[in-house]
Amino acid sequence: MVKAVDRTKVPWWVSNAIVPLINLTLAFIVSGLFIFIAGENPYQALKLILYGSFGYLEGFGYTLYYATNFIFTGLAFAIAFHCRLFNIGGEGQAYIGGLGVFLLAFYFSALPVPIVWLLAILASMLFGAAWAIIPGYLQAYRGSHVVITTIMFNFIASALMVFLLVDVIRDRRQMGPTTEALVKEQWLPMFKNIAAFFGFKVGYSPLNISFLLAILASFGVWFLIWRTKWGYEMRAVGHNTQAAIYAGISPKKNIILAMIISGALAGMLGVNEVLGVHHKILVNFPAGYGFTGIAVALMGRNHPIGIFLASLLFGMLYQGGSEVTFDMPNITRYMFVAVQGVIILFSGALENLFRPQIEHFFVNIMKVKVTT
Amino acid sequence: MLDRMISQPILELQNVNKSFGHVQANKNISLKVNKGDIHGIIGENGAGKSTLMSIVYGLYQADSGNIKINDKLIEIRSPHESILRGIGMVHQHFMLVENFTVVENIILGFEGEFVFGEKLNQAKENLTKLCEEYNLKIDLNATISDLSVGFRQRVEILKALYRGAEILILDEPTGVLTPQEVDELFKILRSLKKQGKTIILITHKLNEIMALTNKVTVMRQGEIVGDKNTKDTTKDQLAEMMVGRSVLLRIDKKKPNIGDTVFEVKNINVKDNLDVMRVKNVSFDLRKGEILGIAGVTGNGQTELLEALSGICQVDSGEIKLHGKIISSKKIFAGPRQLREQDVAHVPEDRQRMGLVTEFNASENLIFGYHHQQPFSKSSIMMGKNIFNYSKKIMRDYDVRPQSPFLLTSNFSGGNQQKIILSRELNKDPKVLLVGQPTRGVDIGAIEFIHQRIIDMRDKGAAVLLVSVELDEILSLADRIVVMFDGELVGERVNENVTDREIGLLMAGITN
Repeated sequence: MVKAVDRTKVPWWVSNAIVPLINLTLAFIVSGLFIFIAGENPYQALKLILYGSFGYLEGFGYTLYYATNFIFTGLAFAIAFHCRLFNIGGEGQAYIGGLGVFLLAFYFSALPVPIVWLLAILASMLFGAAWAIIPGYLQAYRGSHVVITTIMFNFIASALMVFLLVDVIRDRRQMGPTTEALVKEQWLPMFKNIAAFFGFKVGYSPLNISFLLAILASFGVWFLIWRTKWGYEMRAVGHNTQAAIYAGISPKKNIILAMIISGALAGMLGVNEVLGVHHKILVNFPAGYGFTGIAVALMGRNHPIGIFLASLLFGMLYQGGSEVTFDMPNITRYMFVAVQGVIILFSGALENLFRPQIEHFFVNIMKVKVTT
Repeated sequence: MLDRMISQPILELQNVNKSFGHVQANKNISLKVNKGDIHGIIGENGAGKSTLMSIVYGLYQADSGNIKINDKLIEIRSPHESILRGIGMVHQHFMLVENFTVVENIILGFEGEFVFGEKLNQAKENLTKLCEEYNLKIDLNATISDLSVGFRQRVEILKALYRGAEILILDEPTGVLTPQEVDELFKILRSLKKQGKTIILITHKLNEIMALTNKVTVMRQGEIVGDKNTKDTTKDQLAEMMVGRSVLLRIDKKKPNIGDTVFEVKNINVKDNLDVMRVKNVSFDLRKGEILGIAGVTGNGQTELLEALSGICQVDSGEIKLHGKIISSKKIFAGPRQLREQDVAHVPEDRQRMGLVTEFNASENLIFGYHHQQPFSKSSIMMGKNIFNYSKKIMRDYDVRPQSPFLLTSNFSGGNQQKIILSRELNKDPKVLLVGQPTRGVDIGAIEFIHQRIIDMRDKGAAVLLVSVELDEILSLADRIVVMFDGELVGERVNENVTDREIGLLMAGITN
């Protein structure tokens, strides 16, 4: 067994850059083994992933589109985590957030479009927050663990949405459980159209201006956590509840506040999906982004910059992965779900597997440097 | 001495050492426990009693030293091994499965075969016999969650006996019991002694030692400072050894200039979060310009009293008035933030648990509790520059080392962490200062500095309430001393010609 390392001596770049990179490399090696066993060349597959996700504009567009969703859900998880709340209900909060976007855009279509957009964003936040506030309240005032309640609320959201899509807001002209499409004027500007406006011709990708909203949200979260009184109080509650009480900070209020903001951020995924891409509500449109967001946040060390990088990585995997399955007949789509699983495993669950050894190694190196 | 030669030591410790990080919890402990004795180990909290017994029970391993049982050198690596060697322990917090029955709890870990049946009935039979033998009245089929604390403790004792314990260690067994339950427990322990069992009793209550034991060992700051036959010693002598006579740091201070009453505490009762009454019917006044010292052995209600005064917890009955206005009663309650706005500063007893967020950097902790005030934040936005400049200045004024506001608080030494808290609380020139254990774990140089600051506050007209388990500290700082014992105030003295012996006796609960 490796002895516990004195954490104060570990340089920040070792724990925040080297360790994630090594974990990631390991994940890629294991994934490469899968691909090799499946009868394909791992090196070719890696090349395909990189080309597919960064090599040409449309592919890159897809990567950023996926990243947009991951940023929202990753930020959502991170902000709750700074208050030591494990909000795994991002999936359900995003789903309900999408409902808010649709209802607003659909029923207030008479309003000027920019106002609809603005209100739709607010609606996504409000609906997502509403879905998170109940588990937050139960945690703060009744002690029901937020992990249990948020996971229950995912199922409730899913059942509620199926009910609404089948019986209440379904497009009656369609067989499938989807809503009517929103009017074209309300669709968020696509990257393709913006490029065309400036005279560039780019093929279709679902990337739209929600990406900018995600960047804005990242900045907002950074500012909130490290530059406002609320973030300060949330972190105090998260690190040491006893001390927070001593300082006159209410843990109850802050738990609820953290869940509200978390839910609001998850809800914003609905802006990208409903207003930006599908222009209607499809069954299960959050498609696991909420859960992957947990891995994104953990990998990004709950810091907006880290979350942005991790989102890019997962966007690359989603997009590059589909390219690989298209070009390599031996690799199915499910194979890539497994690859994502391996990455989540190594950078999330097994995150601390090699950390002590790596940190020990670097601490020793630093010691040698100091003494020589 | 004669006794020891005749009776055989069943347990012997030789030069046992144990450290946690920089803290040496046990220093060169050598101890003999004779067969058939009730052997008391007495000392203040943190004296190392529990650590020592945890080593014997196999929860910790000693860094060095020997353990002998019946004169045979042995090694105890886990509680399981100690049980096999006939050592049983009843912990302060019971180790019982709440929704299991008494029998199920007792055979836990010793169930025998895969399917219950024969073994369970056999166990019940044996237990019934044991209960008769030691006069323990327990319903074996009762569920633990239905039992009172006293009965749960009996289950623990029975569990140890069932597993063949010859030596029974009890860690602060009376802490959670009512007086009647204590009497019952004592009866049980005496009958165990009669049957030839050896009992080690860890406690900080002198009355228990005098009532039960025939041998007593006194521990202070990790060392054994005395080893006596109970009949050859007195409470006074034990109290003296327990509290210790370290270098007295007397500070020159002027006569107090006492003003109006600031805090008025009237018949308050305070419960802790386990619903145990910790402060019982306490009343006192705290006046401007004086230092009121609250002496007492740790765990006699000082923590809860301080928390009630600082707005962390509400009183169960009675009332606390600040400047004539009720701040805590059954109905009215002002929290820490409201009290801070009224210039009540609080240095909590436990800096790591309450006074600091160790994951915050120094500057974040230097404004902790005041972070919502100008100039640290304006309309909810933290003013980084103001906070940094303020931190720089305050760290210089109070000589916090290293003077780096962005360093994580966990990287500061204990003394400097304490200075961070003190500078934060004193710098606002509070009208009331509540201080708990201001110099715990702080080196000598810093102690003088801290004491001087506290006296300066008094001379500036603040009302200071000082809670400390260091009697020397109370004697050198306080103008008036009250002693807390078992949640009650048992005595009040003006600090003029009071002796430490007098206070020491009060601390042990001896009032006459």
